[in-house]
Amino acid sequence: MGNRRATYRLLTHSSKPLFNRRWNPFSQSQILLRPASGFRNCFDENYRGFQPSVESQKKSFLSCLRLLRDHRGTIGSGIGIGNGIQHRCYGSMAGLVKRNPAFSELNAEDIRYFEGILGEKNVIQDDERLMTANTDWMRKYKGSSKLMLLPKSTEEVSQILKYCNSRCLAVVPQGGNTGLVGGSVPVFDEVIINLSSMNNIISFDKVSGILVCEAGCILENLIAFLDNEGFIMPLDLGAKGSCQIGGNISTNAGGLRLLRYGSLHGTVLGLEAVLANGNVLDILGTLRKDNTGYDLKHLFIGSEGSLGIVTKVSILTPPKLSSVNVAFLACKDYDSCQRLLQDAKRKLGEILSAFEFLDSQAMDLVLHHLEGVRNPLPPSRHNFYLLIETTGSDESNDKQKLEAFLLRSLENGLISDGVLAQDINQASSFWRIREGIPEALLKAGAVYKYDLSIPVEKMYNLVEEMQDRLGNVAKTVAYGHLGDGNLHLNVSSPQYDDKILAQIEPFVYEWTSKYRGSISAEHGLGLMKANEILYSKSVETVQLMASIKKLLDPREILNPYKVLPQSLISAC
Amino acid sequence: MKIMVAIKRVVDYAVKIRVKPDKTGVETQNVKMSMNPFCEIALEEALRIKESGLASEVVAVSMGPSQCVDTLRTGLALGADRGIHVEASVTLFPLSVAKLLKALVEVEKPGLLILGKQAIDDDCNQTGQMVAGLLNWPQGTFASKVVLDKEKQVATVDREVDGGLETLCLDLPAVITTDLRLNQPRYATLPNIMKAKSKPIKKFTLQELNVQMKSDLEVLQVTEPPKRKAGVILSSVDELIDKLTNEAHVI
Repeated sequence: MGNRRATYRLLTHSSKPLFNRRWNPFSQSQILLRPASGFRNCFDENYRGFQPSVESQKKSFLSCLRLLRDHRGTIGSGIGIGNGIQHRCYGSMAGLVKRNPAFSELNAEDIRYFEGILGEKNVIQDDERLMTANTDWMRKYKGSSKLMLLPKSTEEVSQILKYCNSRCLAVVPQGGNTGLVGGSVPVFDEVIINLSSMNNIISFDKVSGILVCEAGCILENLIAFLDNEGFIMPLDLGAKGSCQIGGNISTNAGGLRLLRYGSLHGTVLGLEAVLANGNVLDILGTLRKDNTGYDLKHLFIGSEGSLGIVTKVSILTPPKLSSVNVAFLACKDYDSCQRLLQDAKRKLGEILSAFEFLDSQAMDLVLHHLEGVRNPLPPSRHNFYLLIETTGSDESNDKQKLEAFLLRSLENGLISDGVLAQDINQASSFWRIREGIPEALLKAGAVYKYDLSIPVEKMYNLVEEMQDRLGNVAKTVAYGHLGDGNLHLNVSSPQYDDKILAQIEPFVYEWTSKYRGSISAEHGLGLMKANEILYSKSVETVQLMASIKKLLDPREILNPYKVLPQSLISAC
Repeated sequence: MKIMVAIKRVVDYAVKIRVKPDKTGVETQNVKMSMNPFCEIALEEALRIKESGLASEVVAVSMGPSQCVDTLRTGLALGADRGIHVEASVTLFPLSVAKLLKALVEVEKPGLLILGKQAIDDDCNQTGQMVAGLLNWPQGTFASKVVLDKEKQVATVDREVDGGLETLCLDLPAVITTDLRLNQPRYATLPNIMKAKSKPIKKFTLQELNVQMKSDLEVLQVTEPPKRKAGVILSSVDELIDKLTNEAHVI
């Protein structure tokens, strides 16, 4: 029943009701999208926990469904970009997003204007460069933008946005383009504003560790710069070689060290953002404490470029501690992993800096697809692998603490085997395994990627249930930041297939919603989950978000079609 | 047969080193120290020889301040049976190390002495050769392959030399220094780390070994290499000649 999903999307996306002019999409979507009630029961008749709750709603709803199904059949073959409807290339999100007709189309005068502000070299219309900028890292989403702009200063960004706002030209802010939910590439022909040229480090205070830099600085470069000064960035992720700090902040990136240093909401002290109308909002404070008024920077941290474009950031960086120890461990079951986490938080306490897990399928994938990677543990079947990192100031003290903890856990049977890195090289090779999983998944073929926050006790149950559902058709791979309760659930198959998708969605969202988890722990909503927010947030909450969006971006030019459900934004 | 492996505690090879402001050396405070990578390879080779049944015991030796014991513990965790720590507070240069190793060899009487070809902090590449000379033992340096023959008491060593690979046959006892391609060192597993806690580390002082410490080398200054200057794009041959004559002084 692949059509079921599509019709649900049709109902939420279409700004014009397809069969009834007086039908209000907003009220219908309230019925549709409330997670734990009528919705699930209406759609998935095969769902085990089927319990009809609201009979009347269900009846009228199913009749809508039937009508839409017939209607969709006639649309069927005519789908293409020509109709202004985008059909996603791999078939998932079989829903149709329509280009908002309110947005203008680019013309020669616009190009001339941009060339006037930025200079010809920074106005990109070259096909090859546009192709890269239009495609996301996973090669799942491809836009058709005809123009990319490379501003070099906040002033230029401001002028661009002011103009685009007045012309009602939609824009997509872009950084390193490493996002995993299609939030960094255009959906249709939005103008790409790429901040890569704004890569200056403005200042660094060696005493306080406060770094002020522009949004286009690549994370790895910042890490290298700080390394020289004896500091580190409070976040670290596998994409560090390409991702930019502006994007990290706009998506509230989590990463491998969240356990120790907290999220960007805590470490970002200030930022400078350009609003949709071109106004520059300067809250680039470098103060550790400032309780004067509403703390607006939090709006921009994690709003994925939909409320403003971050152009500068001031971030508190922790000092670089010399003693880093990494251990790679094997556990026989998920229960041991959990108990080990609890123990580690208690026994390793202040020196614990990362706690990651991966299951045996993830390990197999990495060993198979990546070069130069070897299994640190003697070859034998282990179900779960853990990577524990400690960071402290006293080498021998930390090593002793870690060794004592690990040996005790070995004696208790919580760990079945493990190795301790003896130098930085070995430590990097352990991290390579964990950080290389996304890359290995891409090499293995098609991958359906989910990023969920689930209570730690329940986490692996989802993986097991997913494995049961999929059987032999596709491989379920699980890994993630166990320390933060964040599961990266990936389904790997040789090709994209709607049948596989149907088994995964909406099951995975419903399951997560049932346990009050988050359907997007750190990846954000982007385009992929633009309509799933109601699985994790109430309608009233999302309505308030939509009002804020309307306030800051009344013409909706900033990163449209993403983050919030279209129907709720237009209903404001 | 006993195998003795010499290991050195150095600044971790992945660390970005900095020169001390007074130019007397490299910054080692608060910097991660680990076993020299070539020494790791040496130890790995010794362990493999032992595991194939051709040796009975692997003894790890390290010389220097008390922190060397950490490195020895790592060696024991990797699989060495015993450790020896020669306590020395002064900086030891290769000749001194070679003399100390000779003294230890006379105590322990191993059939094979394996070392890393050089340490990554001084890049001397002298200790192995010197100790072989002092002991009057055959040496196989830059080994990329070692095969032992127990009955004939010889070691066949493939060496990486500038011209290619050279194969030598050494009568035991002999000195072998290891190169990168010899093997890939193992990781220290937790069960082995646990066992290592009960393995003995014997301490020797310089006096006990009866070695005269004569400081034959003096470090005058340590500076960073000059930073690479950006290239200059010239517009004409005349300009090139002018620069070569007046700036580079090569013509």
